Amino acid sequence: MKNAAKNAAEPVVSGQLRLSARQICKSFGAAQVLFDVPIDLYAGEVHALLGENGAGKSTLVKILSGYHAPDSGEIVLDGSPVSFDSSEDGEARGIILIHQELNLADQLTVEENIFLGREMTRGWFLDKAAMRDEAARLLAGLQCDIDPCTRIRDLPVSDRQMVEIAKALSKQADILILDEPTAVLTGREVDILFDQIRRLRERGVAILYISHKLDEIKAIADRVTVLRDGSHITTQAVAGLEKDDMARLMVGRDIAQMFPDQIADPSAPVVLSVRNLSVPGQVYDAGFDLRRGEVLGFAGIVGAGRTALMEAIIGLRPRSSGAILRDGQPVVIDNLRDAGRCGIAYLTKDRKGSGLLLNMEMRPNLTLLALDRFGRFLLNRKAEDAALEKAIAAFDIRAADRTTKVGDFSGGNQQKLLLAKVMECNPDIVIIDEPTRGIDIGTKSQIYHFIGDLTAQGKSVILLSSEMTEMLGLSDRIIVMAAGRITGILDGEDRTEHQIMRHATGISDNQGVSVHG
Amino acid sequence: MGNSGRSAGRTAAGRFIDFKAMGPFMALVALFVLGALINDAFLSSGNLSNIFTRSAFIGIIAVGATFVITAGGIDLSVGSMAAFISGAMIVVMNTLIATLGAGVETVLLGIAVSVVLGVAAGAINGLVTTRGKIEAFIVTLGTMGIYRSLVTYMADGGTLSLDFAIRDTYRPLYYGDILGIPVPVVVFFAVAVGGYVLLNMTPFGRKCFAIGSNEQVARYSAIHVDRIKTLTYVIQGLCVSIATIIYVPRLGSASSSTGVLWELEAIAAVIIGGTMLKGGYGRIWGTVIGAIMLTTIGNILNLTDVISNYLNGAVQGLIIIVAVLLQRGDWRRKKN
Repeated sequence: MKNAAKNAAEPVVSGQLRLSARQICKSFGAAQVLFDVPIDLYAGEVHALLGENGAGKSTLVKILSGYHAPDSGEIVLDGSPVSFDSSEDGEARGIILIHQELNLADQLTVEENIFLGREMTRGWFLDKAAMRDEAARLLAGLQCDIDPCTRIRDLPVSDRQMVEIAKALSKQADILILDEPTAVLTGREVDILFDQIRRLRERGVAILYISHKLDEIKAIADRVTVLRDGSHITTQAVAGLEKDDMARLMVGRDIAQMFPDQIADPSAPVVLSVRNLSVPGQVYDAGFDLRRGEVLGFAGIVGAGRTALMEAIIGLRPRSSGAILRDGQPVVIDNLRDAGRCGIAYLTKDRKGSGLLLNMEMRPNLTLLALDRFGRFLLNRKAEDAALEKAIAAFDIRAADRTTKVGDFSGGNQQKLLLAKVMECNPDIVIIDEPTRGIDIGTKSQIYHFIGDLTAQGKSVILLSSEMTEMLGLSDRIIVMAAGRITGILDGEDRTEHQIMRHATGISDNQGVSVHG
Repeated sequence: MGNSGRSAGRTAAGRFIDFKAMGPFMALVALFVLGALINDAFLSSGNLSNIFTRSAFIGIIAVGATFVITAGGIDLSVGSMAAFISGAMIVVMNTLIATLGAGVETVLLGIAVSVVLGVAAGAINGLVTTRGKIEAFIVTLGTMGIYRSLVTYMADGGTLSLDFAIRDTYRPLYYGDILGIPVPVVVFFAVAVGGYVLLNMTPFGRKCFAIGSNEQVARYSAIHVDRIKTLTYVIQGLCVSIATIIYVPRLGSASSSTGVLWELEAIAAVIIGGTMLKGGYGRIWGTVIGAIMLTTIGNILNLTDVISNYLNGAVQGLIIIVAVLLQRGDWRRKKN
């Protein structure tokens, strides 16, 4: 009770104090990541935990849920001190953490995953029917129509998130910790998730919600605790806070300019033209022009075919028709190498699954795409090291030392490294798919300015993003796709959230394209 | 749980990483000390030369296996492939004696046949795996049976013997020496150096690591995944061919029991050496030491009465499991 923060942070709701932590300290090796951090969680509140990457949010919630033991400090559950031996221990007490990285068995079905390790049985045998019904009921409660018999590997990431939440609910969680649950969700899915969270809150569940999306915290949280560099900065009611205030508390300074100035010249020459490109079942008759020095945004809901279109352009996905012109000349691109020769590079949205070799250090990751530049027969280590030196400086990659496995990096540093890797082959056109997924606001701004630097150098950028602010903040023009078709090209004053949503949800009709273009 | 406890854990982890790099070498030194203590004859130059010469077959094959396994594959067919290539070499050379005589030309042609067959067999394994999108385990289990039955068929169920006329010409490739070092050891060393350079210092080797580590990332990094994977099987085939070339003059015969279980010994050598069975990390020198260790265990058991020589397989098996346990301990530590 002697924490200064506590006084300013009486619960907004009048529930019971369920879980509280006092003076939590935690170090990994020589690096201390948490310094005397307190937090209180009340029944029936949504408590947001806000902080930049590396602020210690994930470590704190792992301690609260039993994954890590604190070095010092005390955890009190319902009035009595507890120490969890393991996450199972925490789960048995009703504290469930849903990780940022989903923990689902790819080859098992939805139903099997939900009941993994606590299968319902009848006698010695599995009671599949009962589990299926229960899984279906839980999923229906989340308003998502996933067949419980579908295998996880066949589901899009957003559905997998819903399965994780259904799984937690089925465990009767009354203290639910969500670690950046919306990182992979679309707007509609976020709304559904929020409805579900509100319902849980009404049921008296205590919810700790980690995010660095300020909009979401405004929308869903009652109180917010801000961490910065492992220290508790403040705990306050969200009601009185503006987004700017939260950003300032989180970053510790004002972010002067989130986005670079847009300077694209609308009469610059077209560097890339795509005509009548189709991918069976995914993209229909798509065509567009990309100008030198512009950021061309591609907006749309998940499944609109944006990624499929890009992968088809660079030869990662077979196309049934379509022509690609580079500087007006037709080119053949059948694989990524061809794309590289044409000066086109692709930055994947799945930095862990298809972007970086997580079990390796920075150097092999950086040079992998442009490996041929570092020696035809023998690799030139010196050149590689020099390139790494340059990349670390240019993209402000912060790693304790060069031998750290990339998998241990924060999301922001991974993304910077991925950007550096792609730029290593010096492309003229960069296709960037979700440049800032799961990244804190300070690093985000850095990445936006890197993108700005690219266009300032005369390179062209195609931007795919599900974040409206970055789509609007970065793009010179925005192409909207829905159900595999280009439904709108928005320019100048038309680049608004409202217009994007109109085209993305198919409210406008397709004839709009030529008018807007 | 204070700070000190945590940093102690860190130190232990550091020692483990050291152990991972140096572990196989330290284990080999320990084995040699043990051997010397058990029997004075162990460190005699004759015995040591015997150990290294015997290690050469499995060692050369295991260098190839290091490429396949590093790139995330597996090749179970190498033992059968060795038997098949031995048989084919003997048949070809015996036939050629009639026209070319028992000279160097015949041996060279036999070697050429071996190389062509090894490369072809490796290419088949690789292409069926990558083009057919079939698990390497299944493909090479199939070709393992095929190559084995081909040699049985060629030998008509019996033994193929190299014509005595040519044995003297071919003999030095196994029994000869260069500057006092047995030829097989020289070849083994050369293959290991070549393998090391290729795996650790070239773009090709880096791509093997990348593919074994995460095929999807490799594909998104403009690597021709199928081509590189196929090449690892071709390298494996070539290594089997080289091992066979120095193996044939040793016994001068091939039968359906030639090379039985070599695939397991080769994989064991690779794993003992610290290469990850799931791919993404490979070490040629570890493999070399692993192969020498396996032979040394058998050799020591031959020189002592404490453990029956019939338990050779059990001791080898134990060492493989312990080696993997040590590797895994290291990985678990790193995750935290």
